[in-house]
Amino acid sequence: MAFIELSGVCKGYGRAGQRTAVLEDVNLSIEQGELVSIVGYSGAGKTTLVSLMAGLSFPDKGTVFVGGKPVTGPSPERGVVFQNYSLLPWLSVLENVQLAVDQVFPKLSKETRRARAMKFVEMVNLGPAANKRPRELSGGMRQRVSVARALSMEPELLLLDEPFGALDALTRGVLQGELQRISQESGKTMLLITNDVDEGILLSDRIIPLGAGPRASLGPATVVDIERPRERKALNHDPRFRAIRLGVLEYLLESGKQKRAEREAERARVEQAKPSPSGAQEPTQIAEVSP
Amino acid sequence: MKKSLVDGLIKYLLLPMVGAGCVVVLWAVASSSVATSLPSPLKTWEVSKPYILSPWEKRGELDQGILHFTWYSLIRVAKGYALAVALGTPIGLLLGMSKGFTNTFDPIIQVLRPVSPLAWLPLGLVLFHKPEPAGIFTIAMCSMWPTVMNTALGVRSIPQDYINVARVLKLSPYKTLVKVTIPAALPYMFTGFRLSLGIAWLVIVAAEMLTGAPGVGGFLWQEYNALIYEHIILCILTIGIVGFVLDRLMSLVERRFKAA
Repeated sequence: MAFIELSGVCKGYGRAGQRTAVLEDVNLSIEQGELVSIVGYSGAGKTTLVSLMAGLSFPDKGTVFVGGKPVTGPSPERGVVFQNYSLLPWLSVLENVQLAVDQVFPKLSKETRRARAMKFVEMVNLGPAANKRPRELSGGMRQRVSVARALSMEPELLLLDEPFGALDALTRGVLQGELQRISQESGKTMLLITNDVDEGILLSDRIIPLGAGPRASLGPATVVDIERPRERKALNHDPRFRAIRLGVLEYLLESGKQKRAEREAERARVEQAKPSPSGAQEPTQIAEVSP
Repeated sequence: MKKSLVDGLIKYLLLPMVGAGCVVVLWAVASSSVATSLPSPLKTWEVSKPYILSPWEKRGELDQGILHFTWYSLIRVAKGYALAVALGTPIGLLLGMSKGFTNTFDPIIQVLRPVSPLAWLPLGLVLFHKPEPAGIFTIAMCSMWPTVMNTALGVRSIPQDYINVARVLKLSPYKTLVKVTIPAALPYMFTGFRLSLGIAWLVIVAAEMLTGAPGVGGFLWQEYNALIYEHIILCILTIGIVGFVLDRLMSLVERRFKAA
C-alpha cells in the first residue's frame, strides 16, 4: 500500500435530498517522499480533497489511508498550509509557529522549543520579522509563516491548499523557489493543490488533473521527468514541459466542456418536465401592464 | 495644520457648547413660563453650589458633596458590574460554543433579559434581607445580558480557519479556549462589557432610590422628598456626565482590543 491511499472516495455537501456531490470516485495513491500536485478548476473540490486527507472532514463513501492507517481526524502529523494562511492575528510570527511546536513537542524544554520555532521562522527567511504581528506582513510573508508553522510540526505529510493562490506573480515565483528548496532539503511527502498548471509542473514529481465539478474525479497522472532544480524561465522552452502542460490543460478543458454539456442536458430535461412554465406566466404579465 | 486645529475646536468644543447652551436656554424659558415649578438654571446653580464647589465634603450621612455621593454609587456599580461580567462571560462562552446549551438556556435568558431593575430589586431584598446586596444583585441581573449576548456572538463568529488550526494542532479543549476562542472573541466581548457598564450605571439610580442607600440616586430621591428640586437636576446632570465618561473610557479600551 502506498503512503497515501484514497479509494472510491465520494463527498458531497448539503442536506439529504438536495445534496450536491463534490467529489465522486476519487482514487489516488502517493508514495513516501513524493511531491504530487493536483490541478483543477476553482470550485471543483480541491479544498474538499485536502480536508479529507487532513481529517477535517470525512468521505461519504470510500476510504482515506495515510501511512497505512485510516484517517480518523485531524492530526499534527499531517501539516496543512491553508489557502488563506489562517494565522492567529493576536500572536506574533514566532508565537504562531511556537504554538504548533509547543503542541507537538511538549516534552522538549522551553528554550529548545523556542529555538526550534525560531529555526523554522528563519528557514522561510522571516527571522527579522519574528516579533511582528501577521497584519504587519504582506500576503507572501504570511504564507511563509503558515509554511513554517506546518513544517515545524515535523509532519509526515504536508498538505498545501493553493498556498500561493492569493499572491502576486512575482511573490509567487519567489515562494515557489523556496518551496522547491524546502521540498528537496526535507524530502517530505507533499501534496500541492493549485489552479496553476505551470506551478504544478514546476514543483512536482507527478501532476494530476482534477476534472470539473460537480462530481469531480481525478484524471490520469503524468510523471514530470524533468531534472531538478527546475528554472521557470528555462522550463518554458523545454519540450517535455510543454507536452505535459498541453496534456493536462486538454484534459481539464475537455472535462469542463463535458460538464457544461451535462448541465445543459439536465436543464433541458427539467424544463421539459415542468408543465409549460412560459404559458402560465404570460397572462399575469399582461394583467400587470394593463391599467 | 492650523486650519485643522480650528476645525477641530469648532467641531468638538464650540458646536457641543452651542448645543448645551440651547438646552439651557430652553430650560430657562420653560421654567419662567410654562413649568413654573421647574427651578431655573440660575437657581439650580445657586442651590447646588456648595455641593459642586466642595464636592468631597461630608456634612452628614445624607448631606455630602456630589463627588462623594458619586463615589458611593461608583463603588456599588463596580461590585454589581464585576459580578455581571464574572457571570455573563462564562455563560456567553457556553452559549457560543455549545448548540445544546443554547437550545436549553437561550429561551429562559430571552425571558429574563427584558425584566426591569424595579422588578429585580424587591426579589433581591427578599433574598438578601439587606439593601446593599439587593442593589448589587439588581445591577448584576440587569447588566449581564449584553456581556452574555456579545460573548456568545463573538464565539459564534470565530472564523472557521482559526478553528481548523486548533483542530489540526489537536489543541485540548482548555487550550483551544485560552489560545483561540477567547482571543478571537475578545473584541466582541469588550463591546458587551461596555454596554453592560452603561446598563449597570443606568440601574444604579433605581437601586438606590428604592433602598435609600447613600449615592447619587439616593440623594436624588431624598431631595425630592425634601422638596429641593434643584438637586434633582444636579443629580441628573451628574449621572449623565459620569455615564458619558464611563462609556468613553470603555470605548477607548474597546478600540485598543479591536485594533489588536
